[in-house]
Amino acid sequence: MAKKRRRRHDSFIEKLAAPATALAVIIVWQVAVPLSGLSEFILPTPFSIGKRLVTDFPLMMAQLSYTTFEVVAGFGLAVAIGVPLALAVFYWRPFERAVFPLMVALQTIPKVALAPLLVVYLGYGWAPKISLAFLISFFPIVISTVVGLQSLEKGLVNLVRSMGANEWQTFFKVRLPAALPSVFGGFKVAISLAVIGAIIGEYVAAERGLGYLQLQANARFDTALNFATVVVISVLGVFLYFIVAFIERKTVYRREAAK
Amino acid sequence: MSMLASGRGAAVRIVDLSKIYETRESEDVQALDRIDLDIEPGSFVAVVGPSGCGKSTLLSLLASLIPPSTGRIFIDGQEIRRPHPKVGVVFQSDMLLYWRNVLDNILLPIEIKHFNRGHYKEKAATLLSQVGLDGFENKWPSELSGGMRQRVAICRALIQEPGLLLMDEPFGALDALTREQMIMDLQAMWSRVGNTVLFITHGIDEAVFLADRVIVMSPRPGRIDLDLAIEMPRPRQWTEVHESPKFRHYVRRIREIFEAKGVLVER
Repeated sequence: MAKKRRRRHDSFIEKLAAPATALAVIIVWQVAVPLSGLSEFILPTPFSIGKRLVTDFPLMMAQLSYTTFEVVAGFGLAVAIGVPLALAVFYWRPFERAVFPLMVALQTIPKVALAPLLVVYLGYGWAPKISLAFLISFFPIVISTVVGLQSLEKGLVNLVRSMGANEWQTFFKVRLPAALPSVFGGFKVAISLAVIGAIIGEYVAAERGLGYLQLQANARFDTALNFATVVVISVLGVFLYFIVAFIERKTVYRREAAK
Repeated sequence: MSMLASGRGAAVRIVDLSKIYETRESEDVQALDRIDLDIEPGSFVAVVGPSGCGKSTLLSLLASLIPPSTGRIFIDGQEIRRPHPKVGVVFQSDMLLYWRNVLDNILLPIEIKHFNRGHYKEKAATLLSQVGLDGFENKWPSELSGGMRQRVAICRALIQEPGLLLMDEPFGALDALTREQMIMDLQAMWSRVGNTVLFITHGIDEAVFLADRVIVMSPRPGRIDLDLAIEMPRPRQWTEVHESPKFRHYVRRIREIFEAKGVLVER
């Protein structure tokens, strides 16, 4: 009995551990800044950051909508091009031989380093941001999709073929469902990277978006606004990640039953 | 329509069947060398032999998963070139799709053939209860033990009343007790269904216990060394059969082949 109660007690503490730690950090931050005599220009308190979030809410939302569009468009393009490309790599051996090693090699290029070039070629509008979000999220999608498709046990293919399945049915009944956990693993990495891509794109050259807002805040020594924007960018990243995770839960039927 | 009433097995005729695996690096492997075999409808035939004797190749050929190098296979008088609709296969591992529950796994062949799922739901339930898994339709494969999973795999193979059931070492991955139970259950199920069974195994005891006929094969190249009729009355009781002189006589005859071929060596 006592043991059982203690276990319930432990799980209660475990659930609260992370929020409690976060709250503690915020309180220490709030208290330590005035005590240490640090200027609010250097390190604003959580309270003043929160205040900026409220007062500049309409501005934030407007910039957020631009950035969100860039992220989603870049990620969507990466899915639309990456998944078919992965299928081609999987099904067509000469293509795999010709293209896949190159793609793996290209993956080592830090995509962010291409940002200034993209501005040269594509200008100051949507295009370079979407391109960067696309480039940075494209490779994880292709590679995780190929790996997912290749991971399938040969026996399962033989099983459905012995039932008379054609390749089309083999794909939809076995290959695709078996690959989905890996595919969504790639999607989740990719959506987080796409946010980074879009923000970097805005740092390099932009007239709007959350990255642009940060540059503006920097120029005006408005550190509280800068921090507030960081919060919004983080929330955007987490929100998009959870949307992908939600679709995954709906699609990858009972993933926890996998092992 | 019921599987209890169907009771018809398919006739299998294998003529001059060879399979050569071509390998890029080393010499080609002759897995099967000119096999001839006639299987009567409704009989239970076990194929025993050591690894590499071509018994799994024989099964893959019957399931049309690979093409023969020479020779022909007839099922009910019709030469097969693609997976035959009247053939069901049970593999060594259960091969259940983990993203489908038990019912959806059993109905997989029905979906692939574009039959109406609804018509087969009741039959799936009947099959499940016959293997002692009453009401397991909505369980997930991960919730089942190894023996239960293989039972589900057997239900999946039986859902469309296959005239020929191919079993590739189906109990090889199970523990000894579960395996014993499965062997007895398979006998009971087969006596109800009455289809033709080709049962591949490396267990001499289970082959003799289950089969009407044991085909003994040896490797390099895969050939039939002995075609042994097992004449013991059915239903066969586990202890009674295993203690009978006739059973031991059959087992010894098969072992003698393996000893003569150097597959089994006394030290």
